[in-house]
Amino acid sequence: MRPFRYARAENVAGAVALLARSPEGAFLGAGTNLVDLMKLEVLTPDLLVDVRQLTSDAVEELPDGGVRIGAAVPNSDLAAHPLIRRRYPLLSEAILAGASGQLRNMATTGGNLLQRTRCPYWQNITTPCNKREPGSGCSAIDGFNRDMAILGSSPQCVATHPSDMAVALTALDAIVRTEGPSGERTIPLAQLHRLPGNEPQRDTILQHGELITAVDVPPLPYAVRSRYRKVRDRASYAFALVSVAAAIDVQDGVVRDLRIALGGVAHKPWRATIAEQALRGQPADPDQFWAAASAEVAEARPLTHNAFKVPLARNTIVETLLNLTGISG
Amino acid sequence: MTTITARAMGQALSRVDGPAKVRGHAPYAFEQPVDRPVYLYPVEAAITVGRITGIDCSHASAQPGVLGVLTHLNAARTSAGASGELGILQSDQVAFRNQFVGAVLAETSEIARYAAGLVRVDYEARPHDVVFDAGRRDLYKPEQLAPSFPMDTDKGDVDAALSSAPFALDQGYTTPRYHHNPLEPHSTIAVWADGHFTLHMSTQGVHVARACLAQVFDLDPDRIRIIAPYVGGAFGSKVQPRADAVLAMLAARMVPGRPVKFQLTRQQTFSQTGYRPPTVQRVQLGADRDGRLLAVAHSCTAPTARIQEFAEHSTRSTPTLYATPNLRTRQRLAKLDISTPSIMRAPGEASGMFAVESAMDEMAIACGVDPVEFRIRNDTDTHPLTGLPFSSRNLAGCMREGARRFGWDQRDPTPRARRSQGWLVGTGVATALYSVFRLPGSASIQAHPDGRYTVSIGAADIGTGTWTALAQVAADALGVDLTQVELQIGDTNYPCASEAAASSGITSWGAAICEAADQLRHALADQPGGQLPPQGLTITADMPENPYLQQYSMHSFGAQFAEVRINEFTGEIRVPRQLGVFAVGRIVNPRTARSQLLGGMTWGLSMALHEHGALDPRFGATVNQDLATYHVASNADVGNVEVHWLDEYDPYVNPMGTKGIGEIGMVSAAAAIANAVHHATGIRVRDLPITLDKLLPESRPVTATS
Amino acid sequence: MDVDISIRVDGDTHRLSVDTRTTVLDTLRERLGITSPKKGCDHGQCGACTVLLNGRRVNSCLLLAVAHDGAEIVTAAGLAVDGQMHPMQRSFIEHDAFQCGYCTPGQIVSAVAMLGEAAAGWPSFATPAGEQPATPDSGGMRDDEIRERMSGNLCRCAAYANIVPAIREVAEA
Repeated sequence: MRPFRYARAENVAGAVALLARSPEGAFLGAGTNLVDLMKLEVLTPDLLVDVRQLTSDAVEELPDGGVRIGAAVPNSDLAAHPLIRRRYPLLSEAILAGASGQLRNMATTGGNLLQRTRCPYWQNITTPCNKREPGSGCSAIDGFNRDMAILGSSPQCVATHPSDMAVALTALDAIVRTEGPSGERTIPLAQLHRLPGNEPQRDTILQHGELITAVDVPPLPYAVRSRYRKVRDRASYAFALVSVAAAIDVQDGVVRDLRIALGGVAHKPWRATIAEQALRGQPADPDQFWAAASAEVAEARPLTHNAFKVPLARNTIVETLLNLTGISG
Repeated sequence: MTTITARAMGQALSRVDGPAKVRGHAPYAFEQPVDRPVYLYPVEAAITVGRITGIDCSHASAQPGVLGVLTHLNAARTSAGASGELGILQSDQVAFRNQFVGAVLAETSEIARYAAGLVRVDYEARPHDVVFDAGRRDLYKPEQLAPSFPMDTDKGDVDAALSSAPFALDQGYTTPRYHHNPLEPHSTIAVWADGHFTLHMSTQGVHVARACLAQVFDLDPDRIRIIAPYVGGAFGSKVQPRADAVLAMLAARMVPGRPVKFQLTRQQTFSQTGYRPPTVQRVQLGADRDGRLLAVAHSCTAPTARIQEFAEHSTRSTPTLYATPNLRTRQRLAKLDISTPSIMRAPGEASGMFAVESAMDEMAIACGVDPVEFRIRNDTDTHPLTGLPFSSRNLAGCMREGARRFGWDQRDPTPRARRSQGWLVGTGVATALYSVFRLPGSASIQAHPDGRYTVSIGAADIGTGTWTALAQVAADALGVDLTQVELQIGDTNYPCASEAAASSGITSWGAAICEAADQLRHALADQPGGQLPPQGLTITADMPENPYLQQYSMHSFGAQFAEVRINEFTGEIRVPRQLGVFAVGRIVNPRTARSQLLGGMTWGLSMALHEHGALDPRFGATVNQDLATYHVASNADVGNVEVHWLDEYDPYVNPMGTKGIGEIGMVSAAAAIANAVHHATGIRVRDLPITLDKLLPESRPVTATS
Repeated sequence: MDVDISIRVDGDTHRLSVDTRTTVLDTLRERLGITSPKKGCDHGQCGACTVLLNGRRVNSCLLLAVAHDGAEIVTAAGLAVDGQMHPMQRSFIEHDAFQCGYCTPGQIVSAVAMLGEAAAGWPSFATPAGEQPATPDSGGMRDDEIRERMSGNLCRCAAYANIVPAIREVAEA
């Protein structure tokens, strides 16, 4: 690890100001991802500003029936929170599908969202990587790319975003609240993470020194029956090959509304808008599910080792919708 | 050979090292308390093949707390005989990616690691050759891989038999690169003082390690002491010392008197500690209309390192398996610019038996014979190649007992015939086999006047239960109560003994202890009045020759059963049940023995479903070099694992009647799972691991979900 | 850059100066000689370093010591009280729930904390949707709940099939 200074601030504004003066500094939350990457010298901040005590660690009910999740709420607490389990079971399930009991006890809501994308070549500083060294080339495109993206990637980068929680929150149209050098703002979660494009080094649209303070989840009554389905190479403690966060409102055999988001397939949590649009207002039946899921992955651009993710994503969407609606396939 | 009476043996005692281990107080190598430690961090080659053209240590040396930078320009010269991977820092040559090219010594581990990254190394790279395939023109036949097994075997006319056989099979199978990943990464504390090395080292054999390192440093072995009472897993990767130990010793020479601490990172273990080489195998079987084998042919090609040869003998057990008039095995290697493979649990059998026992399943189906019955029908009383009788062979017994316990007779052999809540269900079986190995060594027993006995032997406990089971053997060898025996292992100050490898530990060490006990009895009888002198009596004895070795073929056998479930939408695989029945001679300690066997079976599951080291041909190293990307089985992957054994008496193997249990639990467990996957899905996966993409339905599943 | 900190480990307070880069795990193992938590991967991928931090199980390899000034840490060694082993430790020995022993202190700390999490009503990924997790008080834990909750602790000797009944027995006691 590169030597660094450690600092605490009185409040969020103080932390933002500290980092604004340190272009190579970083916020330290639980550190589960940051410390991991600092050991590998993938990330080499010269200052860590500890923000664990600065934001709320509470889950509050909002007047509109939604909830506000403080950025410092540990993943374990959020997954176990009665409000979350009752209103947004897919969010609780998504968190519990991620990492391990130990890591969930450490990781925070804000930090979970800001996990960096994963790629073994990015994590090995002796191999070329555009995310680590822009312009050096992508080792994964022609390398070992089983875990890599099939949607929204660029010739610059094919890494995938690892957060399960973020997939569920994307399906729920969550809003991220931030405070930064330019003041406070809100960002729809679907816009927080970026596709790699020509700037794979940027995972999110946050500015340097911009801190997530809370996440608002709008009400979604039919999410009381929702699911997070994660498919992985190990039965537990593994990143998703493909995951599906879904909620569906079926009345009189017709899909009134639905939400689908995918994990493990792109540089960001992938909102399955094509499948959603295809199904909204249509009969809730297996043929429709199959057609909608197939349409969603029609634009997939798989690599040498991950072509299986295309049918896997399609099948997992269908399985999840069948499961949620109780319809036989 | 006299067999000893079992009194302590057979008791399911809990581990004597248990209380220390559950508290975390048992000191592993890196945890031995030392004063003023120096921390070492290596510099690894960033090219695959070539030479170093320049090293700039100035930035690293300038860091506060850095004590020195070790490179090929200033490292002590080691023996010219120290070739291969151990000959580090002796020239400017780079033979494989991540080979050690330097190291930083510092007051703290943080400083050492950061400074190592500041060492600037310039290289001149040469083209490298790291891609293995069975069609290479430079394949060669190695001279000898394992003692007492011929490299190639031939009996009868395989080709003629295959061409006229009513049923013939010719299939290819592959296994990938596997990494051991003991939870304790390889660790060394090295002290150089007064012309002597003291090493706390994570090793499967203190004496094997000492002999090797003494040669590397041109030292009398008496000038090296190695201490290793506790080892945090090994699985073959800690039999021979690796370059990390040499690097720690080279560093210790730079700072005489100060202990140098070096523990590999998890990532470094992937390139520094060996691996099971990938294989490309071909199996040909011929059978008659009654399901009797007419021919067995098994060939295997695998890569090895250009810098040092090591290969698994994947075909070595094939001739022992089944009666057949025609038999052929072949083993070929290709030398590549890669790090050197090493012994890994069930070396040879793990990969080889996956192929043969998958083929046997295919052949049973082709012949229309039940897979359990097919194996029993082809059982043999004499070794198919040598004609020797077996010292004991209970394959058929294991198969029948396993089938009974597993409920095999309820099985509908039709593939893809059973479903449960969106999952296809299938079952499979395979034969396990591992040979009885014995390695020379000695042991000493000191008889104390107060009735205690100190039994000393340079053996190891790598999790196998040696601390407990070998004491049980010693008590019975001496015919005394276990409480009278104090066992001492894990130190070169104790008599020279073999490594904990090849399931030979109890067999070899126990035989030496039995011999020492015998000699002690004779020596006592020679004392005046048969009385122990006041100062006690110490006897050191070598493991004796076994007169039956030339008369019997000695092996353990087993039957592996597995049930699998395959998700119809996603191809996800679960293994809710594994069952193994083994005939492995006497069980010294049922509690620890069961653990070894079920650990082996879970290794088989991990091999079947998860493990796969991906070598990137552009870099020549494993890409997935951590535990997040190189998957080993987690708790949630393991279902019910049932371990059973047959009571077996084998008077020919050694005085205890033991045949070894460390490896056989793993052998063919992957084949049983692969065979069950075929039964569940109709898909035959011949290339491990069996990942969901190989079972994922391309077309739309037609069944209901749960 | 060194910083002074104070941490309590298994009831003893330690004051020391640490590099900002030093993890809690390395502080324990390399500075304080407390080697009950083990280093298996150093990246939160194996669980061998598991300790209780202010009562919760965590991977100590990913905690910077400087950020945990004043923390209360319990290792497997600290679970034993007055020289008496914790019931989980006794159960691990009884069920032979380990072989080499290197992952064992982490497994045991994790198991003890996990039972507390379940008793507090925390669900796991194995908890059926809409149900409360089975707890020690509600008729014992299902094996799949134990397996899922313990999957953050790898055991390469693969003692899992013994670890699960060892924990189940304590859960049912």
